[in-house]
Amino acid sequence: MDAIKDLFSKNIRQYGIMLALVVIVIVFATITNGKLVQPNNVAALIGQNAYVLILALGMLLVIVAGHIDLSVGSVVAFIGAIIGYQMSIWHVPWGLAVLTGLGVGICVGIWQGFWVAVVKIPAFVVTLAGMLLFRGLDQVIAARTMGSLPQGFNNISNGFIPRFLGSIPNPFAGWLIPSGSVFSRELDGVTVAIGAFAVLGLGFQSWRSRRSQIEHGLVVSPLYLSVLRWVLLSVAILAVTFVLSMNTPGATPILRGTPILLILLGVLILVYSFVATRTVFGRHVFAVGGNRNAALLSGVNTRVTDFLIFVNMGFLTAVAAIVTTSRAGNASAQAGTGYELDAIASCFIGGTAVTGGIGRVSGAMVGALIMGVLNMGLSIARVNANWQMAIKGLVLLIAVTLDLVSKRRSAVG
Amino acid sequence: MDDDYILEMRGITKEFPGVKALHDVTLRVRRGEVHAICGENGAGKSTLMKVLSGVHPAGSYTGDIVYEGQVCTFHSIRDSERRGIVIIHQELALSPYLSIAENLFLGNERARAGIIDWRATTSAAQELLTRVGLDEDPDTRIADIGIGKQQLVEIAKALSKEVRLLILDEPTAALNDDDSDNLLQLIRQLKAQGITCIMISHKLSEIEKIADTTTIIRDGLTIESLDMHGDGDHSQDHIIRCMVGRSLESRFPERTPNIGEEVLRVEDWTVYHPIDTNRAIVKNASLTIHQGEIVGLAGLMGAGRTELAMSLFGRAYGIKITGHVFKDGQEIQVRNVEEAMSHGIAYATEDRKKYGLNLIQTVKENITSAGLRQLARMGVIETEAETGVAEGYRKELDIKTPTIEVPASKLSGGNQQKVVIAKWIYTNPDVLILDEPTRGIDVGAKYEIYTIMNRLADAGKGVLMISSELPELLGVCDRIYTLSEGRITGCQSRDEATPESLMYLMTLETLKH
Repeated sequence: MDAIKDLFSKNIRQYGIMLALVVIVIVFATITNGKLVQPNNVAALIGQNAYVLILALGMLLVIVAGHIDLSVGSVVAFIGAIIGYQMSIWHVPWGLAVLTGLGVGICVGIWQGFWVAVVKIPAFVVTLAGMLLFRGLDQVIAARTMGSLPQGFNNISNGFIPRFLGSIPNPFAGWLIPSGSVFSRELDGVTVAIGAFAVLGLGFQSWRSRRSQIEHGLVVSPLYLSVLRWVLLSVAILAVTFVLSMNTPGATPILRGTPILLILLGVLILVYSFVATRTVFGRHVFAVGGNRNAALLSGVNTRVTDFLIFVNMGFLTAVAAIVTTSRAGNASAQAGTGYELDAIASCFIGGTAVTGGIGRVSGAMVGALIMGVLNMGLSIARVNANWQMAIKGLVLLIAVTLDLVSKRRSAVG
Repeated sequence: MDDDYILEMRGITKEFPGVKALHDVTLRVRRGEVHAICGENGAGKSTLMKVLSGVHPAGSYTGDIVYEGQVCTFHSIRDSERRGIVIIHQELALSPYLSIAENLFLGNERARAGIIDWRATTSAAQELLTRVGLDEDPDTRIADIGIGKQQLVEIAKALSKEVRLLILDEPTAALNDDDSDNLLQLIRQLKAQGITCIMISHKLSEIEKIADTTTIIRDGLTIESLDMHGDGDHSQDHIIRCMVGRSLESRFPERTPNIGEEVLRVEDWTVYHPIDTNRAIVKNASLTIHQGEIVGLAGLMGAGRTELAMSLFGRAYGIKITGHVFKDGQEIQVRNVEEAMSHGIAYATEDRKKYGLNLIQTVKENITSAGLRQLARMGVIETEAETGVAEGYRKELDIKTPTIEVPASKLSGGNQQKVVIAKWIYTNPDVLILDEPTRGIDVGAKYEIYTIMNRLADAGKGVLMISSELPELLGVCDRIYTLSEGRITGCQSRDEATPESLMYLMTLETLKH
């Protein structure tokens, strides 16, 4: 029992935020009479918030290094306009337009990285300027909204993985869930396979890190706790898998399968978790954010590190632009408004230190999901958009307050 | 001596989760005396002072604080300051871009209805500065005066609060000998004015000069309270024995030097101040270091020791740098830190917290931070190998930490210093520059640091040690350079050097002017 308490108090920030997500989901599921957790809405949740998750991955590194990027919303619109223009006006093949978009994103990153890392202008100022600059350029290019984009391009955000594994009978239908409920449909085989793969992968990963810790004589938490952690996370993953595997177009009972976006997000999250924790570059980002002088005197090339952080942010902003434009099916001048604040808020809700040096990919992702669930839950509950914004503001404030209070308490101990 | 106690702390016990920081500590301070408290780092001195000043509020500890005959329950620093107890921390709490006068009355402004009365402020500031013997314009910015003078401003600030019990935490740790002497003189004056002083210090010679009573704390226990004017044994050796709980045969480990080829030679090295660009900080300095040799660099504060070292370490300090550096006889370029490291030069800074460590990263990540590339394949860190490296140094250098996964901020000063040294040893340097490696760490840990230095020299590395403590340089180094106002004024071997001869060379230029 003490061990559980100890584990929990040590990781209160990490688990606290996940707990908060679970609580928010339960609250909104109740308020909306279960609508929030219906299969089609869960699929929509992923589609609507993919851009926040993607931007938060880059923003995490930016904030951990002690910078900020206010320009990402404008850059999303700018790049969206460029790829929209290519496809809509010039009829460029969509694959090429996507590649051009990524290239332009990297160029934007190089531009901002140059001012921050080489000229050493504070990122706040550089990206504030970028916010105006790229919004302006966006409005020049997207003077009118550009629609009728190729189907292949629209499928990036709106398409689904082919259901080559067929359907699986719903194991709960008929006895636990009354037939006729949206939760009693058959399950998509591919989605279930992906969920099972994730659970097994997580188990293997925990087992391996535990074994390595034991080999190096480090203190490990008791075995049952590791198992408990795995079981809880597996239940969460399987629950999402179960619901998602039943998603359909509209009210029809025909299954659609796993959104392509989910796979893209999964890959990005895995890659950036790896970058943050296992690579020299990631370590340097944390070193620079924690103590820039010490990093410099340890031979870390802070200039290159800062530069790469912004180039990376530019790249991910382009990915977000592609996803956003694809989902909307058109490129408009007003795209991406407020995206920078969503990404920044996700990082802070997820426990990223305002002063830099501390942050986790998992935290930022959970933070982004909290924002997303709030958005969708409030919309389903028909809360006015203005109130939604006010509520999100309060949630951000409360989350960061709880984080800092728990940090202070642990500092006393 | 009479037994008129201004302060009695009785049976103070303070526990943090999992640790008993103070165990039934008793401290009695007579009115009007200078009372020194010494103990190793982590012994509980600072915790005791935090209990006294209300940083750890009443109720969070057990025991009684009897001050001026009354049992006191302080809940915050404000409470204790209202009763005339003022604590001056090691890290000074001054706002660098405000003036001396503004700092003196910060939070206590001379104002009417919220509007500052500048005339009253300036004249009151002038009066306070005269009392502490500081001859500076009250409008001078704090950032523009040296640390010794800043210390005096802190004391003046305490006087403005009508201090009766002044607590100084390591007041001379960052001061040079002149400034230290000034400060001790001032403490004597304050004593004559009836102000009682508690002084935490590592410097035993200083304690011997100034303290009336010395209380020694070890592992959260009061070990002994010595009357410094009495007949009992109050020698430095005795105090050291009480502090470490063992008799130190020698404060410096034995070593037979085995000096080889020249490894580093610096010629005509000149460095200018990065902001005040016409001021040369290092002037035509030349020095050599051999394999297996420990070379000392002595100099007063402001002589340019750190600046010389940091400018050599990839121009981490200064501009308009000219001169030549030779490594193993070949001229090399050291235009940035990476280049210096690639030539096998390492520099462990004097300011661990600011330049040496990332306090929020783990011990492991700090140890591998400089040599990380050795652990990476295609930019990916081999985590198991990294753990192995960090564990290896933890054992080899006896770094006391629960695990290598705790943040570096949780370690004591001595162990943090070992982490910094481990970090540089892991880069496998040929020349290791150690800037004040034993500053602010306790006697036992110092001995361990010297042992590590000896081991490095025995492994054929050249070591350059910068230190403000002459006995340390004399006890450890084979050869000692002296620096005065940016110039190398001499180089003496261990046999010819004495504290007096070094001090003469360290002040040579100053005397000429």
